[in-house]
Amino acid sequence: MSSTAPPASEEAAIAANPQKPKQSLFRATQGDAGWRVAFWFLLPSLIGFLTFFLIPGLRGLYIAFTDWNLIANSGSFIGLDNFERLLNDDPQFWNSMRVTAWYVFLNIVSQTILSVTIAVMMDRLTNSIFVRGVMLLPYLMPNVIVALLWLWMLDGNLGVVNDFLGFFGIGPVNFFTDTTNVIPTIAGINTWRHMGYTALLIFAGLQTIPKGLYEAGALDGSTEAQMFRSITIPLLRPVLALVLVLTIVGSFQVFDTVQVATGGLSGQPGGPANASRVIYLYIFQNAFNFNDMGYAAAISVVLVILLLVVTVIQMRLLRAGESDLA
Amino acid sequence: MSTDTTPKAAGKLEGAAGDDSPAPAARVGRVAAWTFLIFIIVISIFPFYWALRTGLSNNGVLLSGDGSFLPPDASLINFQRVLGLLSAEEAAEFRGTGSFDFGRALRNSIIIATCVTFFQVAFSAMAAYAFARLKFTGRDKLFNLYLAGLMVPPIFVLIPNVILIRDLNLLNTLPGVMAPFLLMTPFAVFFLRQFFLGINRSIEEAALLDGAGHGRTFFEIILPMAAPQITTLAVLTYVQSWNEYLWPLVVAGDPEVQPLTVALGVFTTQQPGTSPDWSALMAATLLAALPVLILFAFTARRLVDSIQFSGIK
Repeated sequence: MSSTAPPASEEAAIAANPQKPKQSLFRATQGDAGWRVAFWFLLPSLIGFLTFFLIPGLRGLYIAFTDWNLIANSGSFIGLDNFERLLNDDPQFWNSMRVTAWYVFLNIVSQTILSVTIAVMMDRLTNSIFVRGVMLLPYLMPNVIVALLWLWMLDGNLGVVNDFLGFFGIGPVNFFTDTTNVIPTIAGINTWRHMGYTALLIFAGLQTIPKGLYEAGALDGSTEAQMFRSITIPLLRPVLALVLVLTIVGSFQVFDTVQVATGGLSGQPGGPANASRVIYLYIFQNAFNFNDMGYAAAISVVLVILLLVVTVIQMRLLRAGESDLA
Repeated sequence: MSTDTTPKAAGKLEGAAGDDSPAPAARVGRVAAWTFLIFIIVISIFPFYWALRTGLSNNGVLLSGDGSFLPPDASLINFQRVLGLLSAEEAAEFRGTGSFDFGRALRNSIIIATCVTFFQVAFSAMAAYAFARLKFTGRDKLFNLYLAGLMVPPIFVLIPNVILIRDLNLLNTLPGVMAPFLLMTPFAVFFLRQFFLGINRSIEEAALLDGAGHGRTFFEIILPMAAPQITTLAVLTYVQSWNEYLWPLVVAGDPEVQPLTVALGVFTTQQPGTSPDWSALMAATLLAALPVLILFAFTARRLVDSIQFSGIK
């Protein structure tokens, strides 16, 4: 769009830019003069954006329609073959979709319940930076370290968690080596890593709700549960929608934890018996272990479409951006 | 859900001493809620303690030992082993130690994270300045394009980027490991633009009227004013590039240029079948986490604020 004339509020300028065509001649020249200055400020980031985001994005889309691999280095155009193959001819693809869906479901449910609970507790009890900070700590750790910590704590023979469970007469549980346990275990680990971070985002949303509403509710004799349903949830919805979109999109992309936690000690990553081969890992393995880059690119196109659809549906369903407050 | 445990704590954040509300029930609710919060805090910290306890333990004792809360046979020897402070003969007594050069991986991580942070923040700040304070044709379209970059999952551009890095002969080099993050990330541009938008225009205009160019205005007025936000972004960027795993895993097959994340990941796969050297591994894990822990200790308040900010905007 053409740039707007004199510097009023920046946001207003952006919002109001389409109209007023009569000044466009003047603005065009001003805009071009602006480009000369802006160019030097933008140059490094433009190079970075074009080289590592835009062009690779387009190239990735193209590769999805070829049989490219790194060794032969020759991708010939094969049309929709890759997509037909993954839809009709690849049980592993469907397995990875199923595993990913199960992971996303478990992760989102546990993470949302826990982080909303934590956020509400913090909102009611304390503004302590210490409390918020400590809960942020796991989120700052590399996934590899998180995976190693829990690999050790959940070890079938020596892990402290099994010691603890044994104290109550449970177990030992094979967290990583049992096909039914591995995905819930990884979902639990990532919930541990992210719950504090997510709680912080929700907490920030809670802080914007006027306290007077709760006081009024209390005067009217509402119970805490009633107020949670009729004040907290509706007013929190925009924030909650944003957080949910972020976490769902993020959890579709689970990789590091699976790769490390299932790779080293129990054989091939994605095990046992493909039970943790999430879609991200499957793309990775197609590209770099099976040397089938065209096919891997095709699956990642499917992943991108899937994420876009999920985002749009979620935004619609949750009517994100509309607060009940105004 | 959550609220069942705090039946009558409503609106009593500050007014705990209020007389006309049902105090005992509220108190029970408060105790329950605090218990829950403390439980969460313990859960958040415990794995780090357990890693410390394991790192201080003797691996042999560990294998036969129970889950006692303090390290059995405590010593610093595992940390010394990981850091390569033992002589060859001493080290030879332990299993599987020579396979992982911690010092080298640490050096790589420091070089990568430092360079990426410096250049990414600098160049992203320049771009953010252009988007927030300059006027030029197509600005908003270009900015929206940058924002669209936030939506692209890294794996989508991973394959073409690997091909590019290979064609540039940068596989297994530090520049290759840094390249995609060195010039910008959409998030960094977005993050700083938000702050730059809020800076009062009159200060900048005065400087421009005084004859300062945009370059000087940027370096001498905008950057100093945004110093706290730039520091915050730098910390976030440092942590993020310290944590990066997928990209170096692919382009840094050579241990010579592997950062800690990849080297640690590989370390576990080098001991198939046998029970791993947990003590050394946990010592290494803690040491690898140490820089983030230190950064965190100094910047916790700012990090907490900025993360809340980034979520709301």
